[in-house]
Amino acid sequence: MAESTSVQKKRAGFKIRVEPRLEEPAAWYPLAVSLGAIVVALILGGILISFAGGDPLKSYQHIAKASFGDTGVLSDTIVKATPILLAALACSVAFRMKLWNIGAEGQFIMGAFGASAVVLAPLLAEDTPRWLFLTVMVLAAMAAGAIWGFIPGYLKAKFNVNEIISTLMMNYIAIAWINFWIFGVWSEGGFQMSPKFPNNAWLPRLLEYAKEYPALRGLTTHAGLLLGIVAAIILWIIVYRSRWGYEIRLIGDNPQAAKYAGINITSNVIYVMMLSGALAGLGGMSEVSGVVHRLQTAPIAAGYGFTGIIVAWLAKLNPLVIIVVSVLFGALILAGREIQPSGVPKMIQGIILVSLIASDFLLRYRIRIVRADAEE
Amino acid sequence: MISDLFSVTVLIGILASGIRLATPYLYAAIGETFSQKSGVLNLGVEGQMLLGAFAAFYVALSTGSLWLGMLTAMIVGALMGLAMAYVTVNLHAQQGISGIGFYLFGLGMSDLLFQKLMGNVETVKGFPKIYIPGLSDIPGIGEIFFSQNILVYGAYLLVPLAWFVLNKTTLGLKIRSVGENPDAADSLGVSVARIRYFTIILGGVLSGIAGASLSIALLNVFQQNMTSGLGFIAVALVYFGGWRPVGVLGGALLFSLINSLQLWIQVLGIPIPSDIAVMMPYVLTILVLVATVSRVRSPSALSKPFEREN
Repeated sequence: MAESTSVQKKRAGFKIRVEPRLEEPAAWYPLAVSLGAIVVALILGGILISFAGGDPLKSYQHIAKASFGDTGVLSDTIVKATPILLAALACSVAFRMKLWNIGAEGQFIMGAFGASAVVLAPLLAEDTPRWLFLTVMVLAAMAAGAIWGFIPGYLKAKFNVNEIISTLMMNYIAIAWINFWIFGVWSEGGFQMSPKFPNNAWLPRLLEYAKEYPALRGLTTHAGLLLGIVAAIILWIIVYRSRWGYEIRLIGDNPQAAKYAGINITSNVIYVMMLSGALAGLGGMSEVSGVVHRLQTAPIAAGYGFTGIIVAWLAKLNPLVIIVVSVLFGALILAGREIQPSGVPKMIQGIILVSLIASDFLLRYRIRIVRADAEE
Repeated sequence: MISDLFSVTVLIGILASGIRLATPYLYAAIGETFSQKSGVLNLGVEGQMLLGAFAAFYVALSTGSLWLGMLTAMIVGALMGLAMAYVTVNLHAQQGISGIGFYLFGLGMSDLLFQKLMGNVETVKGFPKIYIPGLSDIPGIGEIFFSQNILVYGAYLLVPLAWFVLNKTTLGLKIRSVGENPDAADSLGVSVARIRYFTIILGGVLSGIAGASLSIALLNVFQQNMTSGLGFIAVALVYFGGWRPVGVLGGALLFSLINSLQLWIQVLGIPIPSDIAVMMPYVLTILVLVATVSRVRSPSALSKPFEREN
């Protein structure tokens, strides 16, 4: 029998004992714990909503209706889910290696900048064929995001600079950087945004095919979703089926063993931060080219990088699960646009993240109720 | 126009507002220094500040008492700290991630309360300037240092106080030992859990005051997300300052002076892109981290949950 680590409560002959798990829990258990954590979070959130004078049930019903009610809002939900999906993929691969990249937000913004630079610099003429335009934008965005990941990665690898702090700082530098361009060279008539992109630089949207398929009329879901799903599948293959993925997981789980196995941790820190940055950057491209169609600070720096952290954690860093969880969070954010008061979705996100992380405790420890007189 | 920048009046204005704007950084970053010294990375400062700012503002607005507002902000900060401490100490949460959760919670909750209870932006009459006979009359110096409100003075007094507590008291020794080597501290009978609860809650209280200093002493309004990253910078300032209150003070002044300079550049209409100025403190923070990482060591147990071994 495992040694008990602490005795928390003693009541009428029974004791609640917390002891470390010695073997992996059953496969269904983590899922059940996560769902339980979400339910607890929604209950806590509901208490707080009613405490603030709102009606929690109505709020939640509203979230559900405003995000899955019909194909129109479902499409909007998916539009919101797309940037979260890519940001969460970015976080997941870094977190897998226990690299705490809090900078997906900044990498996302820089991706949007890289994609916009192709249009606004301009690197390509306005009448460039669409496929070429979009390909170059994707590459530029991933490169810009990768650079934004490289800097903290390099500083971590070479100088052991804490990546949480450096990536946080990089977020603010990214915002100031795009502001510099939007307020200056790329400003449209003095407004704080760039001119609208030519249609060739827009990711295709479902509504473009409404002529052939009338059901698609008005649906704004764009090809960024495909980019996200393809990225998720490739990332899943990398992490679970490739040698590199094995190294990443080994470094994350046991850096000592990884070192003895001859894995180069230093260069992996840099590569993984670059991969993470490139994925977030792709998210920025998808948002700027699929939704906003111009470079503008508020809709780009909208906190997708932070939501990505929650989604990655909720999905237990599994790229395929991230797809599903992103849609749920897309719904939450979409509902936030209409729901009053508007703070609810962010507040709920926060509680969900905290209770999820707290619930990890149940995966590492088990709680047993034993008779006090059954003490050994 | 650039020459305007160097007139005496403007320079005094820049320095005075620089001194004033360091206030929220100081409260939050000194609080964070305590929790990091005990081995806990609290990334939720921003959320604690936002809730503190709202609580102080709302209570001050509805009761007319600024001090009651302050007290509420401190209580709210303490409660956030208590929740953070439970998740961190008892549940061994990954601190970098759970802090983001507390940030989002504070961001959303303060917004929710703001819309439910107030709805539109209002202003309060914040803490008044305190006139110190003699000192306030010194030309220049008086205006820069001695015509501030009480929370500003408090922030600067906090620095030597924190230094004293951390370095010259038994409590400070316990805090540092828990952050450096919790196992050894534990075997000597220091309760790691109790010390960390104390520092995290203290950090929460100070973050609450930091928020209150914005909403009822410096800006005298409450708006959604009004801290806009201040709390995260406070966390970085602790690294910047090498976990020493004096270093934190230096970093806070640097950030606030650059902010104040940039505000004045905009006021005077000088055609220097202010975004470049905005970027500088962040770049500098990273550079300072690189430069000091070999000399200044973080607390060894920083962000590592403590598990007692039997």
